Amino acid sequence: MADKKFETPELREYPIIPKLQKDVMAHSQPFIAKDSHNEPLGFPGELVEDWHDVAIKKMGDLQSKYRGLQVYLDSCVKCGACTDKCHYYVGTTDPKNMPVARQDLYRKVYRRYFTFAGKYFPKLVGATDLTKDVLDDWYSYFHQCSQCRRCSVYCPYGIDTAEISMAAREVMDTIGVGQKYCNEIISKVHKIGNNLGLPGPALLDTLEGLEEDVEEETGVEVKFPLDVKGADVLLITPSADFFAEPHVDGLIGYAKVFHEAGISWTVSSHASEAANFGMFIGSYENMRKLAMRIREAALELGVKRIVFGECGHAWRVAYSFLNTLAGPWDFLDQNYPIPQHICEVTYGLIQDNKLKFDKSLNDDMVLTYHDSCNVARASRMGDKAGGQFLIPREVIKATCNNFHDMSKDTIKEGTFCCGGGGGLLTDDLMELRVKGALPRMEALRKVVEDHGVTHMAAICAICKSQFAKVFPYYDFSMDQIVSVHQLVSNAIILTGQRDENDQNDDENHPQQDIDEAA
Amino acid sequence: MQISILSFTVAAIFYLAFFVFAYGLISKILQYKNTPAPLKIPTMPAPTTQAGVVFRMSKEVVFFESLFKSSKVTWLFGWLFHFGLFLDMLRHLRYFIDPIWFWVLIIQPFGKYGSILMFIGLAGLLTRRIIVDRVRYISSPSDHLMLVLLLSITTTGMAMSFYLGADVISVKSFFIGLMTFNIQNIPSDPVLVSHLLMVASLMIIFPYSKLLHAPGLFFSPSRNQVDNAREKRHVAKWAEDLEKN
Repeated sequence: MADKKFETPELREYPIIPKLQKDVMAHSQPFIAKDSHNEPLGFPGELVEDWHDVAIKKMGDLQSKYRGLQVYLDSCVKCGACTDKCHYYVGTTDPKNMPVARQDLYRKVYRRYFTFAGKYFPKLVGATDLTKDVLDDWYSYFHQCSQCRRCSVYCPYGIDTAEISMAAREVMDTIGVGQKYCNEIISKVHKIGNNLGLPGPALLDTLEGLEEDVEEETGVEVKFPLDVKGADVLLITPSADFFAEPHVDGLIGYAKVFHEAGISWTVSSHASEAANFGMFIGSYENMRKLAMRIREAALELGVKRIVFGECGHAWRVAYSFLNTLAGPWDFLDQNYPIPQHICEVTYGLIQDNKLKFDKSLNDDMVLTYHDSCNVARASRMGDKAGGQFLIPREVIKATCNNFHDMSKDTIKEGTFCCGGGGGLLTDDLMELRVKGALPRMEALRKVVEDHGVTHMAAICAICKSQFAKVFPYYDFSMDQIVSVHQLVSNAIILTGQRDENDQNDDENHPQQDIDEAA
Repeated sequence: MQISILSFTVAAIFYLAFFVFAYGLISKILQYKNTPAPLKIPTMPAPTTQAGVVFRMSKEVVFFESLFKSSKVTWLFGWLFHFGLFLDMLRHLRYFIDPIWFWVLIIQPFGKYGSILMFIGLAGLLTRRIIVDRVRYISSPSDHLMLVLLLSITTTGMAMSFYLGADVISVKSFFIGLMTFNIQNIPSDPVLVSHLLMVASLMIIFPYSKLLHAPGLFFSPSRNQVDNAREKRHVAKWAEDLEKN
């Protein structure tokens, strides 16, 4: 990388816990939001005069609104169990990236202003005043947490640093210290309906282009409908799916699945975004306002079901919060989960033998699967606990011949964040993103060496963008990250699909049987 | 019978300690109970039924399941300490009940060895806090002092149990006396008195320190919530107001 100003960490053969190097990441801060980013979200444009008092008042307010925050602030015993669990600590070795130390940036202020011990014996219990320096540390290190919840799995009390970093970001927003990346994006969704600020006509153009591409490739008229009233399914998908690579190949996969299953569907130009960055900044109000767009679109279009495309934190908001934020969904078809994940839809259709695949069409790849943190540790798929691990893997196995999981402590509930989640997927945090990817890169390197893995599949728009960007730093190539529904798209045999001579030259090819059966 | 100044002082300290402990702990528990949890945030995969949550929580409380996943050394020392403490507290019931329940009699010898487990656990935890750079970094003076206090309580207790002995009959009548508001004399045994005063200070510290992890665990949303967000809405009182707009 020509323009990089930092060292990419070396992949270690045996991951050992690194030695502390104090404050090596103190300089890492995202760009500050301008007034035009903050104000549409209901926050002051810049640092308010009485910021200290406003911040303390907001902290008290949040403690009285969120039981989790109050309990987590009190309960930590500093046992150290979480200290080596954060990918940002492993990648940067900065001690303030240890989950407990990150929490303590907030906790020491909480103790000073809200607890007996901190008021009268601050030195004894490590309590400090909220000063400009502390605020500066907050801005650095609460933007070095991707809210992936890995620490909460390993904490004996389930203390979730994500909750504390959300609270800290909300306190900072309340005094006018917002993060540009998140707040600018949220203001775009409030105004236009998606993170990219893509207006309806541009969306229509993109979708029509995709229809042409798919027809050219397969000879089948697969529709990519926009704002179709009376469709059965409203598809809510991250806007990256409309043109980023490899996201768009996933979108083509969803369209082919809907087409083949005969499910009528539509995208909405009003709610053309699955992502909900309101969660990243810990703002219930903003999160709810973004979620309400989905309700409005569903009502306006008169759909019966809501299906979410491949997106990690969006699926957390959808699965865990949407019913609470924007329900009740009594006007939708109650025979389907509300909302439903595209992987659940595809998996269900596979179970019912409604889809036909030629797995060999993915034989140029040996796959592994990256569990996205918000799907793994903050949501579920299917009707059993752990369905979020099983279902995407079953979809991959139904469409690919070659699949190998990465080592056990780096997948499922122990999965490592891609390094770009939680509102950190911005170029001004590139060093953090590259370093934070280290544990995942090490696990990937291992399956590449042991099993000849060539590609990693994911079901999160942020993971896909992040890996496409950081792979080259670790000598992988950016196209080695693929969408799960890209694999579906590659392998699915559509009814009436044109034979492709170059792929069907083998007489004994299973394609024959499938075509005949169809 | 003449009641010594020492006995009055110790009695007064214990009344104070009990009051602070009970008041502080109950207010904290009420605070946790009354603070809404506006969103479903169990760490997944989570149980889909209430019975499943009880099972998950039992594994945390009894076996420290999550800690076992994260660090075997911390788990070993932490669990030894807590299990030893549990045995020892049961053993100490005999100073507060008369006649002594049968099962409390049975466990007396085990309780005695509980103190050894406590000592090993606490010594291990303190050593770890000092020698592991990450744990040292996150420690405040209070984190060290807490372990020192617990170790001192343990060692004074062990000294009396294993070597010095103590006038347990008088100790019992002192505590029964406290409970019936009929203050009795306590033996002026420095080891015994320091053991008791340290226990009293632990009770006072409890509701104002990290010892709140004990009630905290039961209120931790990431551990005590049922995974049923798609089936049930979960709107907090303050969030309902947003819906009116």
